[in-house]
Amino acid sequence: MTTTTRTRRAPRASWLLLVPALALLAVILLVPLGQSLLRSIGTPQFTLEHYAGLFTDGVTMTVLGRTALTAVIVTIVAFLLGYPYAYLMTRVGPRLRGVLLVIVLIPFWTSVMARNYAWIVLLQRGGPVQSVFEFFGAGDVVFQGSVVGVTIAMSQVLLPFMVLPLFSSLGGIDRKLLLAARGLGSSPLVAFWKIYWPLSRGGVVSGLILVFTLSLGFYVTPALLGSPQQSLIAQLLAQRTTQLLDFAGAGALGILVLVITLALVAWANRFGGTISAIGVASTSQQKESR
Amino acid sequence: MTISSKEAPAGPATPVASAPASGRQGTQIRLADVTKDYGLAAPAVDAISLTIEPGEFMTLLGPSGSGKTTTLNLIAGFETLTAGTIALNGSDVGTLPPHKRNLGMLFQNYALFPHLTVAQNVAYPLRERKVGKAEIARRVAEVLDLVQLPGRDGNYPSQLSGGQQQRVALARAIVFNPAALLLDEPLGALDRNLRGALQMEIRRIHREVGSTFVFVTHDQEEAMNLSDRIALFNSGHIEQVGTPEELYRRPDTLFTARFLGDSNVFDLGSGSFGSTASWEGNSWAVDPATISGHSGVSSHAAIVVRPEDVRIVSDPTAVPAGANSVGAAVRDVEYMGSYRTVMLDVGQAGRLGRARVDALDSAFSIGDRVTAWWRPERQRIVAA
Repeated sequence: MTTTTRTRRAPRASWLLLVPALALLAVILLVPLGQSLLRSIGTPQFTLEHYAGLFTDGVTMTVLGRTALTAVIVTIVAFLLGYPYAYLMTRVGPRLRGVLLVIVLIPFWTSVMARNYAWIVLLQRGGPVQSVFEFFGAGDVVFQGSVVGVTIAMSQVLLPFMVLPLFSSLGGIDRKLLLAARGLGSSPLVAFWKIYWPLSRGGVVSGLILVFTLSLGFYVTPALLGSPQQSLIAQLLAQRTTQLLDFAGAGALGILVLVITLALVAWANRFGGTISAIGVASTSQQKESR
Repeated sequence: MTISSKEAPAGPATPVASAPASGRQGTQIRLADVTKDYGLAAPAVDAISLTIEPGEFMTLLGPSGSGKTTTLNLIAGFETLTAGTIALNGSDVGTLPPHKRNLGMLFQNYALFPHLTVAQNVAYPLRERKVGKAEIARRVAEVLDLVQLPGRDGNYPSQLSGGQQQRVALARAIVFNPAALLLDEPLGALDRNLRGALQMEIRRIHREVGSTFVFVTHDQEEAMNLSDRIALFNSGHIEQVGTPEELYRRPDTLFTARFLGDSNVFDLGSGSFGSTASWEGNSWAVDPATISGHSGVSSHAAIVVRPEDVRIVSDPTAVPAGANSVGAAVRDVEYMGSYRTVMLDVGQAGRLGRARVDALDSAFSIGDRVTAWWRPERQRIVAA
């Protein structure tokens, strides 16, 4: 029944609706991307030396490693904070759930600059965070200008990207299943591990992938809160394009990061991550509205 | 259909009976002063006591919010007792968590684990009990055969119909040889035909497995079809316990009479009655055997007569001697296929009564003045 209505409502002409968006994407995404690719392999003529350079210049791999490590830590922190938070959101009443949602969305709604300068104020020398450490006798703990400070700020900014897919995934899990598992002989912990956790995995995978890929490309926070000595990949890219005008090298670096990201997304999709999590989101919303 | 192709003889050779573990076939479930208070105006379950005998099919029947499901959840351990005790075969389980009570549970929405196959779902309670692999495979196959769902082991629940899903849930709930099976409106989500088929199935499995079944429903017909005994719930307490026939033929209270089947009710008020009772100027004979033992009868009684016990005649002199009768006007006639229901305006206040007549009997039409009569031993005097 649904298929007949669907086919009736979606005649072929409706694909035309996609044309404006696809055209826009082609102009602002595919063309520049193609140019970058061409420059990275065609300067001055066809060569792979810019790619080889990434592995041999002694800087790129270090920065890439540091970036990946930072992204991993940010992702883990966001997950450890986000999973219990999203779980709580599924367990409270609608009013408190709204409040919790607003709290997690605040980073979305504040300007990038306000957010980052707030973290600078908090983390800088003489700021509240250092004062607290000083009070407990650990004198010179300053997070501003280090990867640690960048990690803290990025975790906060990226938390919504973890919480939202998790919330939609956890909200779609039938709590009766946990009762059933308990009745069939599972302790609460085992019921969680064997039933709840596997059913939440779609949301977990999409949350992890979202936060990790966004962390890889973060620029403003590392630029403001970090230091040039501990720069991340996005700063390196910016430096090559705006200061060194090395477009071929920057293009090669950009393509490398893109390939790494796409490979990760493809790998995650094998777990049914991103796509099924979106599906869960829409069904759970339908349940809510009924 | 598939019964003939089954290898197992239709004898006592069931998974539960043949399972080497606990040989206890039926478990006695004893509730004493069981109370659940959520802190609302009235307790959800108010000091109920009920003994469910080993191997019995007991139905907890009642309208929604009467406490029947809460009682089932208390037995399962999904809710904690406010007061009272619950004992399985004499040992108190009131404080045990659900996973240590060894009870099977069937939910209305099946509660199958969507990420596990049929076989994995059914094997789940066995895995939790560290049963060996070969033994698990054997018992899963056996129980899927018992619920007549062989060959679907590798399917996921979403690939099955509602009826098939409930069969899988049933298999999962009995495969581990539980002390008793608790069924929480398991057929509520199914359409009428399927429900009838699964009722038969559940009754057959109860016979073959022989363990104690506790079944919750708000459907009186379902309760009558399935149960050895019914406990009728009304706002947190048990109104009456008995076999379906006892509850239907010998209700103690007006609530019971009205909840199970149709009934004509003549409210006697607080007036006393002896060998006769009077209602709106009619004087009726009272058979002492039909007076309910309920303590409320002495303060406020009502006469209840089932529609199938009421006869209608056009000529008042045709009423047999010794019968109770009342003048009535035919208000409507409903053709039900196998019978007709004649709706009657009874007495001075024009109350609605019902009589069931033969489907071929089309002698009565709307507006006719008639006399309705019944035998005194077919009426019941209940507490109102």
